[in-house]
Amino acid sequence: MANIANKQMICEVLMNAAKTDKDIVVLCSDSRGSASATPFANAFPEQFVEVGIAEQDLVGIAAGMARVGKRTFPMSPACFIAARSYEQCKVDVAYSHTNVKLIGISGGVSYGALGMSHHSAQDIACMSSIPGMRVYLPSDCNQTKKLMEVLVKDNEPAYIRVGRNAVDPVYSEDDVPFVMDKATFVTKGTDVAIIACGEMVLYAKQAAELLKKDGISATVLDMYCIKPFDKESVIEACKNVKAVISVEEHSPIGGLGSMVAQVVSENCPKKCVTMALPDAPVITGSSKEVFAYYKLTGDGIAAKAKELLHG
Amino acid sequence: MKNLTKLAYKLRMDVVDMIVNGKGGHIGGDMSVMDVLVTLYFKEMNVTPENFETKDHDHFIMSKGHSVEALYAVLAEKGFFPRETVLKEFSQFGSKFIGHPNNKLPGIEMNSGALGHGLPVAVGMAIAEHMNKSENRVYVVMGDGELAEGSVWEGAMSAANYRLDNLCAVIDRNRLQISGSTEDVMALDDLHRKFESFGWHVIDVNDGNDIEKLIAAFDEARVVKGKPTLLIANTVKGKGSPVMENKASWHHHVPSAEEYAQIMKDLKAQAEED
Repeated sequence: MANIANKQMICEVLMNAAKTDKDIVVLCSDSRGSASATPFANAFPEQFVEVGIAEQDLVGIAAGMARVGKRTFPMSPACFIAARSYEQCKVDVAYSHTNVKLIGISGGVSYGALGMSHHSAQDIACMSSIPGMRVYLPSDCNQTKKLMEVLVKDNEPAYIRVGRNAVDPVYSEDDVPFVMDKATFVTKGTDVAIIACGEMVLYAKQAAELLKKDGISATVLDMYCIKPFDKESVIEACKNVKAVISVEEHSPIGGLGSMVAQVVSENCPKKCVTMALPDAPVITGSSKEVFAYYKLTGDGIAAKAKELLHG
Repeated sequence: MKNLTKLAYKLRMDVVDMIVNGKGGHIGGDMSVMDVLVTLYFKEMNVTPENFETKDHDHFIMSKGHSVEALYAVLAEKGFFPRETVLKEFSQFGSKFIGHPNNKLPGIEMNSGALGHGLPVAVGMAIAEHMNKSENRVYVVMGDGELAEGSVWEGAMSAANYRLDNLCAVIDRNRLQISGSTEDVMALDDLHRKFESFGWHVIDVNDGNDIEKLIAAFDEARVVKGKPTLLIANTVKGKGSPVMENKASWHHHVPSAEEYAQIMKDLKAQAEED
Protein backbone atom coordinates (compact mmCIF):
# COMPACT_ATOMS: atom_id res chain seq x y z
CA MET A 1 0.00 0.00 0.00
CA ALA A 2 1.19 3.49 -0.80
CA ASN A 3 2.17 5.70 2.07
CA ILE A 4 -0.87 7.69 3.18
CA ALA A 5 -1.70 10.25 5.86
CA ASN A 6 -2.61 8.80 9.24
CA LYS A 7 -6.07 10.40 9.05
CA GLN A 8 -6.66 8.67 5.72
CA MET A 9 -5.68 5.37 7.29
CA ILE A 10 -8.17 6.01 10.09
CA CYS A 11 -10.89 6.44 7.49
CA GLU A 12 -9.88 3.22 5.73
CA VAL A 13 -10.01 1.21 8.95
CA LEU A 14 -13.39 2.72 9.80
CA MET A 15 -14.78 1.94 6.35
CA ASN A 16 -13.62 -1.61 6.64
CA ALA A 17 -15.15 -2.00 10.10
CA ALA A 18 -18.41 -0.24 9.15
CA LYS A 19 -19.17 -2.89 6.54
CA THR A 20 -19.98 -5.38 9.27
CA ASP A 21 -20.53 -3.18 12.33
CA LYS A 22 -23.58 -1.01 11.69
CA ASP A 23 -23.13 0.73 15.05
CA ILE A 24 -19.99 2.52 13.86
CA VAL A 25 -20.80 6.17 13.25
CA VAL A 26 -18.47 8.93 12.03
CA LEU A 27 -19.37 12.51 12.90
CA CYS A 28 -17.84 15.64 11.38
CA SER A 29 -18.08 19.38 12.05
CA ASP A 30 -17.89 20.54 8.42
CA SER A 31 -14.58 18.71 8.54
CA ARG A 32 -15.19 15.65 6.37
CA GLY A 33 -12.79 16.87 3.68
CA SER A 34 -9.98 17.81 6.03
CA ALA A 35 -10.54 14.58 7.99
CA SER A 36 -10.31 12.47 4.81
CA ALA A 37 -13.76 11.22 5.81
CA THR A 38 -15.55 12.02 2.55
CA PRO A 39 -15.19 8.44 1.26
CA PHE A 40 -16.78 7.19 4.49
CA ALA A 41 -19.62 9.74 4.25
CA ASN A 42 -20.29 8.70 0.65
CA ALA A 43 -20.08 4.96 1.26
CA PHE A 44 -22.00 4.90 4.56
CA PRO A 45 -24.43 7.85 4.57
CA GLU A 46 -26.58 6.08 7.16
CA GLN A 47 -23.59 5.89 9.51
CA PHE A 48 -22.41 9.45 9.05
CA VAL A 49 -23.60 12.53 10.96
CA GLU A 50 -22.77 16.09 9.95
CA VAL A 51 -23.20 18.66 12.72
CA GLY A 52 -21.85 21.78 11.03
CA ILE A 53 -19.23 24.02 12.58
CA ALA A 54 -20.18 23.26 16.17
CA GLU A 55 -17.59 21.22 18.05
CA GLN A 56 -19.41 21.23 21.40
CA ASP A 57 -22.46 19.83 19.64
CA LEU A 58 -20.23 17.36 17.78
CA VAL A 59 -18.90 15.78 20.96
CA GLY A 60 -22.19 16.00 22.89
CA ILE A 61 -24.06 14.28 20.06
CA ALA A 62 -21.34 11.63 19.74
CA ALA A 63 -21.63 10.93 23.47
CA GLY A 64 -25.43 10.71 23.37
CA MET A 65 -25.29 8.31 20.43
CA ALA A 66 -22.70 6.20 22.21
CA ARG A 67 -24.90 5.98 25.28
CA VAL A 68 -27.57 4.40 23.07
CA GLY A 69 -25.13 1.80 21.76
CA LYS A 70 -23.29 3.41 18.86
CA ARG A 71 -19.50 3.40 18.48
CA THR A 72 -18.87 7.00 17.59
CA PHE A 73 -15.86 8.63 15.94
CA PRO A 74 -16.15 12.43 15.88
CA MET A 75 -13.42 13.74 13.57
CA SER A 76 -12.45 17.39 13.76
CA PRO A 77 -9.23 19.42 13.77
CA ALA A 78 -7.32 18.69 16.97
CA CYS A 79 -7.13 22.38 17.79
CA PHE A 80 -10.93 22.55 18.01
CA ILE A 81 -12.00 19.14 19.30
CA ALA A 82 -9.47 19.24 22.13
CA ALA A 83 -10.12 22.85 23.10
CA ARG A 84 -13.55 24.14 22.03
CA SER A 85 -15.27 20.95 23.16
CA TYR A 86 -12.94 20.19 26.06
CA GLU A 87 -15.73 20.22 28.64
CA GLN A 88 -17.82 17.84 26.52
CA CYS A 89 -14.77 15.55 26.25
CA LYS A 90 -14.40 15.68 30.02
CA VAL A 91 -18.03 15.38 31.14
CA ASP A 92 -19.98 13.73 28.30
CA VAL A 93 -17.24 11.35 27.16
CA ALA A 94 -14.75 10.52 29.92
CA TYR A 95 -16.81 11.18 33.06
CA SER A 96 -19.97 9.66 31.60
CA HIS A 97 -17.85 6.83 30.21
CA THR A 98 -19.31 6.79 26.71
CA ASN A 99 -17.73 4.85 23.86
CA VAL A 100 -16.48 7.84 21.91
CA LYS A 101 -13.18 7.92 20.03
CA LEU A 102 -12.25 11.55 19.59
CA ILE A 103 -10.17 11.91 16.44
CA GLY A 104 -8.07 15.08 16.42
CA ILE A 105 -6.89 15.59 12.86
CA SER A 106 -4.19 17.94 11.59
CA GLY A 107 -2.73 18.06 15.09
CA GLY A 108 0.28 19.92 16.42
CA VAL A 109 1.51 22.48 13.91
CA SER A 110 0.13 20.63 10.87
CA TYR A 111 -1.66 23.78 9.77
CA GLY A 112 1.69 25.59 9.70
CA ALA A 113 1.29 29.19 8.64
CA LEU A 114 -2.35 29.36 9.72
CA GLY A 115 -1.11 30.29 13.18
CA MET A 116 -1.75 29.52 16.82
CA SER A 117 -5.57 29.39 16.50
CA HIS A 118 -5.10 26.30 14.33
CA HIS A 119 -2.26 24.68 16.26
CA SER A 120 -2.92 22.10 18.96
CA ALA A 121 0.11 22.25 21.21
CA GLN A 122 -1.85 21.73 24.42
CA ASP A 123 -3.91 18.64 23.62
CA ILE A 124 -1.62 16.03 25.20
CA ALA A 125 -1.63 17.97 28.46
CA CYS A 126 -5.34 18.70 28.60
CA MET A 127 -6.61 15.34 27.37
CA SER A 128 -4.19 13.26 29.45
CA SER A 129 -5.24 14.97 32.65
CA ILE A 130 -8.87 13.87 32.28
CA PRO A 131 -9.55 10.72 34.35
CA GLY A 132 -10.68 7.88 32.10
CA MET A 133 -9.44 9.41 28.85
CA ARG A 134 -6.88 7.42 26.86
CA VAL A 135 -4.53 9.38 24.60
CA TYR A 136 -2.75 8.07 21.50
CA LEU A 137 -0.37 9.72 19.03
CA PRO A 138 0.53 7.13 16.40
CA SER A 139 3.75 7.69 14.48
CA ASP A 140 2.96 6.45 10.98
CA CYS A 141 0.11 5.05 8.92
CA ASN A 142 1.08 1.43 9.54
CA GLN A 143 0.96 1.87 13.31
CA THR A 144 -2.23 3.93 12.95
CA LYS A 145 -3.84 0.94 11.23
CA LYS A 146 -2.88 -1.41 14.08
CA LEU A 147 -4.09 1.04 16.69
CA MET A 148 -7.41 1.74 14.97
CA GLU A 149 -8.11 -1.94 14.47
CA VAL A 150 -8.12 -2.24 18.26
CA LEU A 151 -10.04 0.97 18.89
CA VAL A 152 -12.92 0.13 16.52
CA LYS A 153 -13.66 -2.87 18.69
CA ASP A 154 -13.16 -1.69 22.25
CA ASN A 155 -15.64 0.20 24.41
CA GLU A 156 -13.60 2.84 26.21
CA PRO A 157 -13.21 6.57 25.49
CA ALA A 158 -10.04 7.72 23.75
CA TYR A 159 -8.45 10.73 22.07
CA ILE A 160 -6.33 10.06 18.99
CA ARG A 161 -4.19 12.83 17.50
CA VAL A 162 -2.79 12.58 14.00
CA GLY A 163 -1.13 15.01 11.61
CA ARG A 164 -2.33 16.42 8.34
CA ASN A 165 0.09 15.09 5.74
CA ALA A 166 1.47 11.71 4.82
CA VAL A 167 4.75 11.12 6.62
CA ASP A 168 7.54 8.69 5.82
CA PRO A 169 6.85 5.43 7.58
CA VAL A 170 8.71 4.39 10.71
CA TYR A 171 7.68 0.78 10.21
CA SER A 172 7.35 -1.29 7.07
CA GLU A 173 3.84 -2.34 6.21
CA ASP A 174 4.50 -6.03 6.71
CA ASP A 175 6.43 -5.65 9.95
CA VAL A 176 4.72 -3.39 12.49
CA PRO A 177 5.59 -4.38 16.05
CA PHE A 178 2.49 -3.43 18.01
CA VAL A 179 1.12 -4.31 21.39
CA MET A 180 -1.82 -2.23 22.58
CA ASP A 181 -0.80 0.21 25.31
CA LYS A 182 2.85 -0.90 25.22
CA ALA A 183 5.37 1.53 23.76
CA THR A 184 7.40 0.23 20.83
CA PHE A 185 11.20 -0.04 20.93
CA VAL A 186 12.32 1.14 17.49
CA THR A 187 15.98 0.64 18.42
CA LYS A 188 17.74 -0.43 21.58
CA GLY A 189 20.97 1.24 22.66
CA THR A 190 23.13 1.94 25.66
CA ASP A 191 24.17 5.60 25.60
CA VAL A 192 21.05 7.70 25.24
CA ALA A 193 17.29 7.11 25.24
CA ILE A 194 15.18 9.13 22.82
CA ILE A 195 11.49 8.91 23.65
CA ALA A 196 9.13 10.38 21.07
CA CYS A 197 5.51 10.35 20.01
CA GLY A 198 3.56 11.05 16.83
CA GLU A 199 5.48 12.40 13.86
CA MET A 200 8.56 12.97 16.02
CA VAL A 201 9.28 9.24 16.16
CA LEU A 202 10.57 9.31 12.59
CA TYR A 203 13.04 12.08 13.49
CA ALA A 204 14.11 10.20 16.60
CA LYS A 205 14.80 7.17 14.43
CA GLN A 206 16.81 9.31 12.00
CA ALA A 207 18.75 10.76 14.95
CA ALA A 208 19.64 7.27 16.14
CA GLU A 209 20.99 6.43 12.68
CA LEU A 210 23.12 9.59 12.66
CA LEU A 211 24.40 8.91 16.17
CA LYS A 212 25.33 5.37 15.23
CA LYS A 213 27.74 6.73 12.64
CA ASP A 214 29.44 8.61 15.45
CA GLY A 215 29.64 5.53 17.61
CA ILE A 216 26.76 6.52 19.90
CA SER A 217 24.21 3.87 20.69
CA ALA A 218 20.64 5.16 21.12
CA THR A 219 17.40 3.64 22.24
CA VAL A 220 14.36 5.00 20.41
CA LEU A 221 11.05 4.44 22.14
CA ASP A 222 7.83 5.13 20.22
CA MET A 223 5.51 6.38 22.95
CA TYR A 224 2.35 6.28 20.84
CA CYS A 225 0.41 5.41 24.00
CA ILE A 226 0.59 8.61 26.00
CA LYS A 227 -2.15 7.40 28.31
CA PRO A 228 -2.18 4.81 29.74
CA PHE A 229 1.49 5.76 30.00
CA ASP A 230 3.72 2.73 29.63
CA LYS A 231 6.01 3.42 32.59
CA GLU A 232 7.70 0.04 32.42
CA SER A 233 9.01 0.64 28.94
CA VAL A 234 10.21 4.13 29.87
CA ILE A 235 12.11 2.71 32.83
CA GLU A 236 13.52 -0.08 30.69
CA ALA A 237 14.62 2.44 28.06
CA CYS A 238 16.16 4.84 30.55
CA LYS A 239 17.64 2.81 33.39
CA ASN A 240 20.99 1.99 31.77
CA VAL A 241 21.61 5.02 29.55
CA LYS A 242 23.47 8.19 30.44
CA ALA A 243 20.82 10.70 29.33
CA VAL A 244 17.23 10.91 28.20
CA ILE A 245 15.68 13.08 25.49
CA SER A 246 11.96 13.36 24.90
CA VAL A 247 10.66 14.77 21.63
CA GLU A 248 7.12 15.97 20.95
CA GLU A 249 5.09 18.24 18.71
CA HIS A 250 3.53 19.92 21.73
CA SER A 251 4.06 22.60 24.32
CA PRO A 252 6.95 21.85 26.70
CA ILE A 253 4.43 22.06 29.53
CA GLY A 254 2.44 18.99 30.56
CA GLY A 255 3.25 16.80 27.58
CA LEU A 256 5.43 13.78 26.92
CA GLY A 257 8.52 15.48 28.40
CA SER A 258 6.77 16.13 31.69
CA MET A 259 5.56 12.52 31.85
CA VAL A 260 8.97 11.06 31.01
CA ALA A 261 10.70 13.30 33.56
CA GLN A 262 8.23 12.24 36.23
CA VAL A 263 8.86 8.55 35.64
CA VAL A 264 12.63 8.86 35.26
CA SER A 265 13.06 11.05 38.34
CA GLU A 266 11.08 8.61 40.45
CA ASN A 267 12.67 5.43 39.16
CA CYS A 268 16.10 5.97 37.62
CA PRO A 269 17.08 9.63 38.12
CA LYS A 270 19.32 11.18 35.45
CA LYS A 271 19.46 14.12 33.09
CA CYS A 272 16.25 14.49 31.04
CA VAL A 273 15.85 17.05 28.28
CA THR A 274 12.50 17.96 26.73
CA MET A 275 12.57 18.84 23.04
CA ALA A 276 9.25 20.44 22.13
CA LEU A 277 7.60 23.46 20.57
CA PRO A 278 8.09 26.68 22.53
CA ASP A 279 5.61 27.99 25.08
CA ALA A 280 4.76 30.72 22.60
CA PRO A 281 3.09 31.16 19.21
CA VAL A 282 5.41 29.35 16.81
CA ILE A 283 7.28 30.97 13.95
CA THR A 284 5.34 31.19 10.69
CA GLY A 285 6.03 28.39 8.26
CA SER A 286 5.09 24.94 7.06
CA SER A 287 5.23 22.23 9.71
CA LYS A 288 8.57 21.02 8.32
CA GLU A 289 9.97 24.54 8.46
CA VAL A 290 8.68 24.93 12.00
CA PHE A 291 10.25 21.61 13.07
CA ALA A 292 13.58 22.62 11.52
CA TYR A 293 13.54 26.02 13.21
CA TYR A 294 13.03 24.45 16.64
CA LYS A 295 15.52 21.64 15.89
CA LEU A 296 12.83 18.96 16.00
CA THR A 297 14.66 16.99 13.31
CA GLY A 298 17.02 14.03 13.08
CA ASP A 299 19.98 16.43 13.04
CA GLY A 300 18.63 18.52 15.88
CA ILE A 301 17.95 15.55 18.13
CA ALA A 302 21.35 13.99 17.35
CA ALA A 303 23.10 17.27 18.16
CA LYS A 304 21.26 17.48 21.47
CA ALA A 305 22.27 13.90 22.30
CA LYS A 306 25.94 14.63 21.60
CA GLU A 307 25.78 17.79 23.68
CA LEU A 308 24.35 15.82 26.58
CA LEU A 309 26.83 12.98 26.31
CA HIS A 310 29.97 14.98 25.60
CA GLY A 311 29.09 18.30 27.17
CA MET B 1 -53.83 13.81 38.54
CA LYS B 2 -54.51 14.79 42.11
CA ASN B 3 -52.53 11.81 43.32
CA LEU B 4 -49.53 12.84 41.23
CA THR B 5 -49.80 16.41 42.50
CA LYS B 6 -49.83 15.13 46.06
CA LEU B 7 -46.93 12.84 45.28
CA ALA B 8 -44.95 15.83 43.99
CA TYR B 9 -45.45 17.61 47.32
CA LYS B 10 -44.48 14.49 49.24
CA LEU B 11 -41.30 14.18 47.19
CA ARG B 12 -40.55 17.86 47.81
CA MET B 13 -40.49 16.97 51.52
CA ASP B 14 -37.87 14.31 50.74
CA VAL B 15 -35.83 16.93 48.90
CA VAL B 16 -35.92 19.29 51.86
CA ASP B 17 -34.81 16.50 54.19
CA MET B 18 -32.03 15.56 51.78
CA ILE B 19 -30.75 19.14 51.62
CA VAL B 20 -30.94 19.79 55.35
CA ASN B 21 -29.25 16.49 56.14
CA GLY B 22 -26.64 16.93 53.41
CA LYS B 23 -26.12 20.60 54.32
CA GLY B 24 -26.36 21.69 50.70
CA GLY B 25 -28.32 21.47 47.47
CA HIS B 26 -30.26 23.56 45.00
CA ILE B 27 -33.63 23.80 46.65
CA GLY B 28 -35.30 26.49 44.52
CA GLY B 29 -34.94 24.66 41.21
CA ASP B 30 -35.78 21.31 42.83
CA MET B 31 -39.12 22.71 43.89
CA SER B 32 -39.92 24.31 40.53
CA VAL B 33 -39.07 21.24 38.44
CA MET B 34 -40.67 18.60 40.64
CA ASP B 35 -44.02 18.48 38.83
CA VAL B 36 -42.27 18.08 35.47
CA LEU B 37 -40.24 15.15 36.82
CA VAL B 38 -43.23 13.48 38.46
CA THR B 39 -45.22 13.78 35.21
CA LEU B 40 -42.34 12.36 33.18
CA TYR B 41 -41.58 9.42 35.45
CA PHE B 42 -45.10 8.50 36.54
CA LYS B 43 -47.11 9.28 33.41
CA GLU B 44 -45.15 10.10 30.29
CA MET B 45 -41.98 8.05 30.05
CA ASN B 46 -41.57 4.34 29.49
CA VAL B 47 -38.81 3.71 32.00
CA THR B 48 -38.64 1.37 34.97
CA PRO B 49 -35.82 -0.16 37.01
CA GLU B 50 -36.40 -3.35 35.01
CA ASN B 51 -36.39 -2.00 31.45
CA PHE B 52 -33.62 0.49 32.24
CA GLU B 53 -31.19 -2.42 31.94
CA THR B 54 -32.45 -3.19 28.41
CA LYS B 55 -32.47 -1.18 25.18
CA ASP B 56 -36.23 -0.76 25.36
CA HIS B 57 -36.89 2.37 27.36
CA ASP B 58 -37.24 6.10 26.97
CA HIS B 59 -34.23 8.28 27.76
CA PHE B 60 -33.96 11.15 30.19
CA ILE B 61 -31.25 13.78 30.61
CA MET B 62 -31.29 16.16 33.55
CA SER B 63 -29.41 19.00 31.90
CA LYS B 64 -30.00 21.27 34.89
CA GLY B 65 -28.01 18.78 36.90
CA HIS B 66 -27.96 20.89 40.05
CA SER B 67 -31.61 19.91 40.62
CA VAL B 68 -30.41 16.39 41.30
CA GLU B 69 -32.14 16.22 44.69
CA ALA B 70 -35.53 16.33 42.94
CA LEU B 71 -34.37 13.62 40.54
CA TYR B 72 -33.10 11.45 43.42
CA ALA B 73 -36.46 11.74 45.20
CA VAL B 74 -38.32 10.73 42.02
CA LEU B 75 -35.94 7.85 41.16
CA ALA B 76 -36.21 6.50 44.71
CA GLU B 77 -40.01 6.64 44.52
CA LYS B 78 -39.77 4.84 41.18
CA GLY B 79 -37.78 2.07 42.84
CA PHE B 80 -34.31 2.64 41.40
CA PHE B 81 -32.73 2.82 44.86
CA PRO B 82 -34.01 2.94 48.44
CA ARG B 83 -35.41 6.27 49.60
CA GLU B 84 -33.83 5.83 53.04
CA THR B 85 -30.39 5.43 51.49
CA VAL B 86 -30.47 8.64 49.52
CA LEU B 87 -31.97 10.60 52.41
CA LYS B 88 -29.21 9.37 54.68
CA GLU B 89 -26.25 9.49 52.29
CA PHE B 90 -26.82 12.50 50.02
CA SER B 91 -23.67 14.66 49.98
CA GLN B 92 -22.07 12.71 52.81
CA PHE B 93 -18.37 11.77 52.70
CA GLY B 94 -17.76 8.98 50.21
CA SER B 95 -21.41 8.89 49.08
CA LYS B 96 -22.51 7.81 45.61
CA PHE B 97 -25.28 10.39 45.88
CA ILE B 98 -23.29 13.45 44.86
CA GLY B 99 -24.63 16.90 44.06
CA HIS B 100 -25.10 16.27 40.33
CA PRO B 101 -26.42 13.29 38.34
CA ASN B 102 -23.94 10.44 37.96
CA ASN B 103 -24.50 7.38 35.83
CA LYS B 104 -22.86 5.05 38.31
CA LEU B 105 -26.29 5.19 39.97
CA PRO B 106 -29.18 3.16 38.57
CA GLY B 107 -31.68 5.21 36.59
CA ILE B 108 -29.21 7.87 35.46
CA GLU B 109 -27.89 7.71 31.91
CA MET B 110 -25.47 10.59 31.65
CA ASN B 111 -23.44 12.66 34.07
CA SER B 112 -24.42 16.29 34.03
CA GLY B 113 -23.76 19.40 36.03
CA ALA B 114 -21.88 21.52 33.52
CA LEU B 115 -24.75 23.49 32.01
CA GLY B 116 -25.56 23.47 28.32
CA HIS B 117 -24.55 19.84 27.76
CA GLY B 118 -27.91 18.10 27.95
CA LEU B 119 -29.52 19.15 24.69
CA PRO B 120 -26.66 18.06 22.38
CA VAL B 121 -26.44 14.74 24.24
CA ALA B 122 -30.21 14.27 23.90
CA VAL B 123 -29.92 15.09 20.20
CA GLY B 124 -27.32 12.33 19.87
CA MET B 125 -29.61 9.86 21.62
CA ALA B 126 -32.54 10.85 19.41
CA ILE B 127 -30.46 10.52 16.20
CA ALA B 128 -29.29 7.08 17.34
CA GLU B 129 -32.84 5.95 18.15
CA HIS B 130 -33.99 7.18 14.73
CA MET B 131 -31.17 5.18 13.15
CA ASN B 132 -32.32 2.16 15.14
CA LYS B 133 -35.92 2.76 13.99
CA SER B 134 -36.86 2.49 17.65
CA GLU B 135 -39.98 3.87 19.32
CA ASN B 136 -37.98 5.08 22.32
CA ARG B 137 -38.35 8.77 23.01
CA VAL B 138 -35.79 11.17 24.45
CA TYR B 139 -36.54 13.80 27.10
CA VAL B 140 -34.27 16.54 28.40
CA VAL B 141 -34.97 19.10 31.11
CA MET B 142 -33.05 22.37 31.01
CA GLY B 143 -33.02 25.34 33.33
CA ASP B 144 -33.79 28.76 31.94
CA GLY B 145 -30.56 30.39 33.12
CA GLU B 146 -28.75 27.56 31.30
CA LEU B 147 -30.02 28.87 27.97
CA ALA B 148 -27.26 31.48 27.91
CA GLU B 149 -24.86 28.64 27.06
CA GLY B 150 -24.13 28.64 23.33
CA SER B 151 -24.06 24.85 23.14
CA VAL B 152 -27.83 24.83 23.83
CA TRP B 153 -28.38 26.64 20.55
CA GLU B 154 -26.01 24.36 18.67
CA GLY B 155 -28.15 21.48 19.94
CA ALA B 156 -31.38 23.31 19.08
CA MET B 157 -30.19 23.82 15.50
CA SER B 158 -29.16 20.21 15.02
CA ALA B 159 -32.39 18.82 16.54
CA ALA B 160 -34.42 20.68 13.93
CA ASN B 161 -31.96 19.85 11.15
CA TYR B 162 -32.38 16.14 11.88
CA ARG B 163 -36.17 16.48 12.29
CA LEU B 164 -36.04 14.77 15.67
CA ASP B 165 -39.71 14.24 16.49
CA ASN B 166 -38.66 11.66 19.08
CA LEU B 167 -37.07 14.45 21.13
CA CYS B 168 -38.96 16.52 23.68
CA ALA B 169 -37.16 19.23 25.62
CA VAL B 170 -38.55 20.99 28.67
CA ILE B 171 -37.44 24.34 30.01
CA ASP B 172 -38.04 24.83 33.71
CA ARG B 173 -38.95 28.48 33.20
CA ASN B 174 -38.87 29.75 36.78
CA ARG B 175 -37.42 33.09 35.66
CA LEU B 176 -34.76 33.20 38.40
CA GLN B 177 -31.11 32.28 38.44
CA ILE B 178 -28.44 32.64 41.10
CA SER B 179 -27.85 36.35 40.51
CA GLY B 180 -31.49 37.34 40.13
CA SER B 181 -34.09 37.56 37.38
CA THR B 182 -33.14 35.80 34.16
CA GLU B 183 -34.29 38.85 32.27
CA ASP B 184 -31.88 41.06 34.23
CA VAL B 185 -28.93 38.67 34.06
CA MET B 186 -29.23 37.80 30.36
CA ALA B 187 -32.59 38.41 28.76
CA LEU B 188 -34.15 35.24 27.33
CA ASP B 189 -37.58 36.30 26.12
CA ASP B 190 -39.16 35.70 23.69
CA LEU B 191 -38.19 32.05 24.15
CA HIS B 192 -41.20 30.78 22.24
CA ARG B 193 -40.28 32.70 19.11
CA LYS B 194 -36.59 31.93 19.48
CA PHE B 195 -37.11 28.17 19.47
CA GLU B 196 -39.85 28.37 16.88
CA SER B 197 -37.49 30.22 14.56
CA PHE B 198 -34.98 27.41 15.12
CA GLY B 199 -37.56 24.99 13.69
CA TRP B 200 -39.10 23.60 16.86
CA HIS B 201 -42.72 22.98 17.78
CA VAL B 202 -43.11 25.05 20.95
CA ILE B 203 -45.77 24.60 23.62
CA ASP B 204 -46.25 27.17 26.36
CA VAL B 205 -47.39 25.51 29.56
CA ASN B 206 -48.77 28.52 31.39
CA ASP B 207 -48.59 26.71 34.73
CA GLY B 208 -45.66 24.32 34.68
CA ASN B 209 -46.50 23.17 38.18
CA ASP B 210 -49.91 21.92 37.01
CA ILE B 211 -49.57 18.23 36.23
CA GLU B 212 -52.75 18.09 34.17
CA LYS B 213 -51.42 20.81 31.89
CA LEU B 214 -48.06 19.10 31.63
CA ILE B 215 -49.70 15.83 30.60
CA ALA B 216 -51.69 17.61 27.90
CA ALA B 217 -48.49 19.22 26.60
CA PHE B 218 -46.59 15.92 26.50
CA ASP B 219 -49.56 14.36 24.68
CA GLU B 220 -49.39 17.11 22.08
CA ALA B 221 -45.61 16.62 21.71
CA ARG B 222 -46.09 12.92 20.96
CA VAL B 223 -48.14 13.55 17.84
CA VAL B 224 -45.87 16.23 16.36
CA LYS B 225 -44.07 14.83 13.32
CA GLY B 226 -40.91 15.97 11.59
CA LYS B 227 -39.66 18.36 14.26
CA PRO B 228 -38.61 18.37 17.91
CA THR B 229 -40.92 19.78 20.57
CA LEU B 230 -40.15 22.19 23.38
CA LEU B 231 -42.31 22.66 26.45
CA ILE B 232 -41.78 26.00 28.12
CA ALA B 233 -42.96 25.07 31.60
CA ASN B 234 -43.66 28.35 33.40
CA THR B 235 -42.93 27.34 36.97
CA VAL B 236 -42.41 28.96 40.36
CA LYS B 237 -38.94 28.73 41.84
CA GLY B 238 -39.22 27.38 45.37
CA LYS B 239 -42.76 26.12 44.65
CA GLY B 240 -44.53 24.73 47.70
CA SER B 241 -43.99 27.26 50.47
CA PRO B 242 -44.14 31.06 50.63
CA VAL B 243 -40.90 30.89 52.65
CA MET B 244 -38.95 30.13 49.49
CA GLU B 245 -41.21 30.89 46.50
CA ASN B 246 -39.87 33.32 43.88
CA LYS B 247 -36.77 34.21 45.87
CA ALA B 248 -33.45 34.10 44.02
CA SER B 249 -31.64 33.78 47.35
CA TRP B 250 -33.22 30.32 47.70
CA HIS B 251 -31.31 29.05 44.64
CA HIS B 252 -29.11 27.01 46.98
CA HIS B 253 -30.12 28.11 50.44
CA VAL B 254 -30.18 25.50 53.19
CA PRO B 255 -33.24 26.05 55.41
CA SER B 256 -32.71 27.01 59.07
CA ALA B 257 -34.54 24.98 61.71
CA GLU B 258 -37.33 27.56 61.78
CA GLU B 259 -37.61 27.71 57.99
CA TYR B 260 -37.53 23.93 57.83
CA ALA B 261 -40.48 23.63 60.18
CA GLN B 262 -42.60 26.09 58.21
CA ILE B 263 -41.68 24.63 54.79
CA MET B 264 -42.44 21.08 55.88
CA LYS B 265 -45.76 22.21 57.36
CA ASP B 266 -46.70 23.89 54.08
CA LEU B 267 -45.62 20.94 51.94
CA LYS B 268 -47.31 18.40 54.17
CA ALA B 269 -50.60 20.28 54.00
CA GLN B 270 -50.52 20.11 50.20
CA ALA B 271 -49.32 16.51 50.12
CA GLU B 272 -52.29 15.50 52.24
CA GLU B 273 -54.91 17.82 50.79
CA ASP B 274 -58.18 16.13 49.93
